[in-house]
Amino acid sequence: MLQVEAVDKSFEDFKAVNGANLTIGKGEVVAVIGPNGAGKTTLFNLITGQLKRDKGKIIFKGEDISELPPYLICKKGIARSFQIANIFPRLTVFGNVQVAVLSHQRRSSNLFRPAQNIAVEETRSILESVGLLDKEKNVAGSLSHGDQKILEMAIALGNEPELLILDEPTAGMSPEETLATMELIKRLAQIRGLTILFCEHDMDIVFSIAQSIMVMRQGRTIIQGSPEEVRSNKEVQEAYLGGE
Amino acid sequence: MFKRIVYPKWFGPTAGLFIILLILPLFVPRFYVYILALIYVTSLLAMSLNMVVGHGGVFQLHHGVFYGVGAYTVALMLTKTSLPMWVGFVAGPIVAAITGLVIGWLCVRLTRLYFGMLQISLGSLIWAIVFRWYGFTGGDDGIHGIRMPTFLSSLNSSYYFILIFLVISLIMMYLILKSPFGNTFQAIRDNPQRCEAVGINVRRYQLLGITIATFFGGVAGVLFVVLERSVFADLLFWTLSLEVFIMILLGGWFTFAGPILGAAITVALRTFVGKYTEYWTLILGIILILLIFFLPEGVMGYFQEIFKPKTKEVARGGQTVDAAGRSSR
Repeated sequence: MLQVEAVDKSFEDFKAVNGANLTIGKGEVVAVIGPNGAGKTTLFNLITGQLKRDKGKIIFKGEDISELPPYLICKKGIARSFQIANIFPRLTVFGNVQVAVLSHQRRSSNLFRPAQNIAVEETRSILESVGLLDKEKNVAGSLSHGDQKILEMAIALGNEPELLILDEPTAGMSPEETLATMELIKRLAQIRGLTILFCEHDMDIVFSIAQSIMVMRQGRTIIQGSPEEVRSNKEVQEAYLGGE
Repeated sequence: MFKRIVYPKWFGPTAGLFIILLILPLFVPRFYVYILALIYVTSLLAMSLNMVVGHGGVFQLHHGVFYGVGAYTVALMLTKTSLPMWVGFVAGPIVAAITGLVIGWLCVRLTRLYFGMLQISLGSLIWAIVFRWYGFTGGDDGIHGIRMPTFLSSLNSSYYFILIFLVISLIMMYLILKSPFGNTFQAIRDNPQRCEAVGINVRRYQLLGITIATFFGGVAGVLFVVLERSVFADLLFWTLSLEVFIMILLGGWFTFAGPILGAAITVALRTFVGKYTEYWTLILGIILILLIFFLPEGVMGYFQEIFKPKTKEVARGGQTVDAAGRSSR
């Protein structure tokens, strides 16, 4: 479904991503791991168009998307969440998700119908599936950090993506929240038939739910393979799993 | 459908206020009728600016230009052409919106302050043309004694005309802000990057928002001509734009009706303090400083914060936002 081929990205002299390769099949749950500064977030930003790659190809469903702006990439069926909870703090929880649903239904430019009557069902069903329905009237900025991260994911679901990219979905969460969130992600992947690409620091989580793992180091892809393959790879053990 | 949108609690007081404003000219002296009408015109101008600033997060620093363009369009059409008068009235807002679209199209490529700076430059260009082109616009003399249709001959009839168009415009703005576009626009204000990532072409929506806001700015310009029967180049000067910006900060830029309050305060200050000293802006400045320290959400925002139900966190006040440790700007 998604192929990233030999992608490079430099900031001034610093090569943030330098020869990254990634293949994602339909319905797969794929994790990207690597030490801090390995280029995971940069890679995600390249895929979703927040940044433009210098070299290489990013192919989604047979089409090169590397030159498209973020909003068009989203329309192709890739939605994402950000590492730092990236929500609309002054809108309600409902409003946050509705913005995405309206955008997906191409109704955002409707000027004269009250928005509160549009896409209500769809928005609420998403909020229900992530467990935020009881807080739908709250101002998003007043939610706890954990809930904001969940809300971020809900916004991404509003676009009914085929590929969902989650940048450290559990960053800053308590262990219980982390567990619940990963359960949620697993469930969503099954129910909605989503393909998921995520990065995460907790190795237990990664090895328990990812079907395929890509390991990055200094912007370069070391290996992509099944959890077993990755675990037994020499270079990975050296670079990353070291102590284990 | 409409009923659910209009917050029922506010409906009674608003209707009551409207009726009071309708019968007021029968009781108060002419001077006050004039001041009230001036407040309406200024309110509409401030409201139209706040559509893009408070609700869209666009740094529209030179909104006065579109007010002036609307006013000059109707003034020129009434004095220089023999077209039916209503054509001029309709053309004012439309020409303002087209100007807004063109200037906006050039500016939306830039973000935030750079947007505002380019807009000030382009707006000042239009001001300079109006100010210098004596043969066409009357230059710094302006155009005076514009003849109005007979039904607008008295001050009271102008008052009603302005009030009715203010109310119509406010209702339209309210509906637009509650529409999917309005929601999306506010989402862009909160977080343009996230909007891009949910498939929204941010620039296109900003441009649409600017066009709508400048249209209503143009309506305010037309109403100004109805009230004053004259236009002058100061309408397009950047100091006026700044004054309008202050009005919306004063009233509360995250509230719907805040700018009306801000406009009323500013016009009242100019009228009543301006009688005693030409340095009335000094007092405005002091008020603004106090405001920044004590009422960062503006006067209306402050009252909303007080009167909101405590149990539900539905108000859009910044304090709830800050309480969660997030900055919203």
